[in-house]
Amino acid sequence: MSILINKNTSVLVQGITGKEGSFHALKCIEYGTNIIAGVTPFKGKTLFNESIPVYNTIEEAKKEGKKIDATMVFVPAGFAASSIIEAIEAEISLIVCITEGIPVMDMLNVKAALNCSKSIMIGPNCPGIITADECKIGIMPGFIHKKGKIGVLSRSGTLTYEAVNQITKAGFGETTCIGIGGDPIIGSSFTDFLRLFEKDPETEAVVMIGEIGGTAEEEASEFVKNNMKKPVVGFIAGKTAPAGRRMGHAGAIISGGKGTAPEKLKTMETNGVYIADNPSVIAETLKKALKLH
Amino acid sequence: MDIHEYQAKELLNNSGVKTLKSVLCRNPEEAYRAYQVLSSSLVAVKAQVHAGGRGKAGGVKIVKSADEAKSIAEKMIGMNLITKQTGKEGKIVRKVLIEEGAAIVKEYYLSVTIDRKISSVVFVVSADGGMEIEEVSKNTPEKILTVSINPMHGVKSFHILKMLLFLGIKKNLYNDFSNLINLLYNAFVKEDMSMLEINPLILTEANLFIPLDAKIILDDNASIRHPYFSDFEDEDEEEPLEIKAKSVGLNYIKLDGNVGCMVNGAGLAMATMDTIKEFGAMPANFLDVGGTADSKRVETAFNILLSDKNVKGIFINIFGGIVKCDMVAKGVITAAKNIGLKLPVVIRLEGTNAETAVKLINNSEMNFIVSRDLADGAKKISDIVNKTKTNL
Repeated sequence: MSILINKNTSVLVQGITGKEGSFHALKCIEYGTNIIAGVTPFKGKTLFNESIPVYNTIEEAKKEGKKIDATMVFVPAGFAASSIIEAIEAEISLIVCITEGIPVMDMLNVKAALNCSKSIMIGPNCPGIITADECKIGIMPGFIHKKGKIGVLSRSGTLTYEAVNQITKAGFGETTCIGIGGDPIIGSSFTDFLRLFEKDPETEAVVMIGEIGGTAEEEASEFVKNNMKKPVVGFIAGKTAPAGRRMGHAGAIISGGKGTAPEKLKTMETNGVYIADNPSVIAETLKKALKLH
Repeated sequence: MDIHEYQAKELLNNSGVKTLKSVLCRNPEEAYRAYQVLSSSLVAVKAQVHAGGRGKAGGVKIVKSADEAKSIAEKMIGMNLITKQTGKEGKIVRKVLIEEGAAIVKEYYLSVTIDRKISSVVFVVSADGGMEIEEVSKNTPEKILTVSINPMHGVKSFHILKMLLFLGIKKNLYNDFSNLINLLYNAFVKEDMSMLEINPLILTEANLFIPLDAKIILDDNASIRHPYFSDFEDEDEEEPLEIKAKSVGLNYIKLDGNVGCMVNGAGLAMATMDTIKEFGAMPANFLDVGGTADSKRVETAFNILLSDKNVKGIFINIFGGIVKCDMVAKGVITAAKNIGLKLPVVIRLEGTNAETAVKLINNSEMNFIVSRDLADGAKKISDIVNKTKTNL
């Protein structure tokens, strides 16, 4: 088992003919992802990689009988919200948006549309989701992942790879890893996925990698305290970040004195999250957590 | 993206919100003439910098004559204004806004922001206008009202009513107040603001609601649909190194420490800075070289790090994913040779092709210290810069 995706998941790629879209679609296919169709406006009736049909709209793909479980969105920032809403209206259960730089106002509309739908959205501005050795919908390097028992959640990209690499090398392996996105407004929160990991019989513990800005980690730790039996290991990046500056990610900003690392760590610790003081000790902390818990 | 008060007011005016008459001045003579044009006996001279807390720091003065406007402007332009929000280094004042006076009956606080937790636009209002809202929120949270607006429905009358009752505004002013709130909401959404703060919002003797001050932050991501955003940029307000970095697509933020950092990925860059601090040194910067760390980019990154004279050593931390470590290593070696790099460098490589990369570094003439672990690398560079410190 795993959460959200597995080897049977059929995947659509929105923006499949673009530079990023085509590069990563190929990498996903290499990993074993079942990509069944692509969408790019005005590129309908062509083939991607000589085998995958490209449509102008999702509706066209569905009319041809394509059964789509998930979509991976690489559409440029100015048009991404439209593509996400198109996917929501086409009732695709899982929407993974990699695109960085979507205006916040667009994401408020996307969130409102998601709230009235059954779709789950990951991202935007994220590396995506991967179920080790089965299915990769995203841009993470596949080879660092190995099937195992740890769920991984993160607001970051390369920092997630750092953690996954350690978890694999320590011999635990992963069930599913999700980059939830570095933007202030994202499709789903840490809490949404913690709920799924708690129910997944194969996941034995979760590693949650947060950063400064917002209060998502605090809310997640409340959920850990009240609803989780499995241990959760937490790390927060940005202890040395100055207030009022955006640290690369649009959502990584301490504003009005809120969203600092010490504040988050304190709440997380109080709520029973096992804290890794620096990224090098994530696997070590996980070992302790599994023993102590 | 931060903008100046005069730009914020221009945006508000274009959206139909009235503000007091004002003139932007770059020298004392302009301030003298502005006073004469404004035909108001009391006039405010306001320093234009990207920071709040100007009043308490001497950045806002009331004057009663053209001569006084001129002499105050003379003192203000060129001064280094240090407010609670500028940090200890302060900001040089280059422009002042000369604004007519108003007969104030009451001051309110009003801001519009985005609440990340509930994914909504929210209005925050208080009858304690002119105060610092962080202080009010800490000491007397009951004096603040937050009203969230569902983006699907927009502002409704009941939202206005809630705010009006909370602020104790009289019923006969409902229409004016409602009009203002709607204009502000529409401007906020249409112009893609991340924050709009009016402190204070004044009620005048003529029963008009007027934003006396206005602070706006625009959503950088929305510049794709608002070409005018770039006209609002003020390079004088930014760190020159940050402008240089931005022009080549690097994400750089200058800090106070002495370990120059070059990392791929924002989260890993922050975590790297934190780890350096854990080992007793301080990061000189945040620098995300991004996904394409080729020699040209690395060279620019090195040059930026070296322009900061505090930097005593460099820590490069690369986790190769799609980016291959050996490609980065080649880039680093070429760039370091090109610029004749002499500072100590610790380079940590992990992920795709890390082994090949380590060999490349070891076989190069560069005196780099190689590490395979983040904590180990951070410790090595911290020890090096701390040693340099004691030797001095």
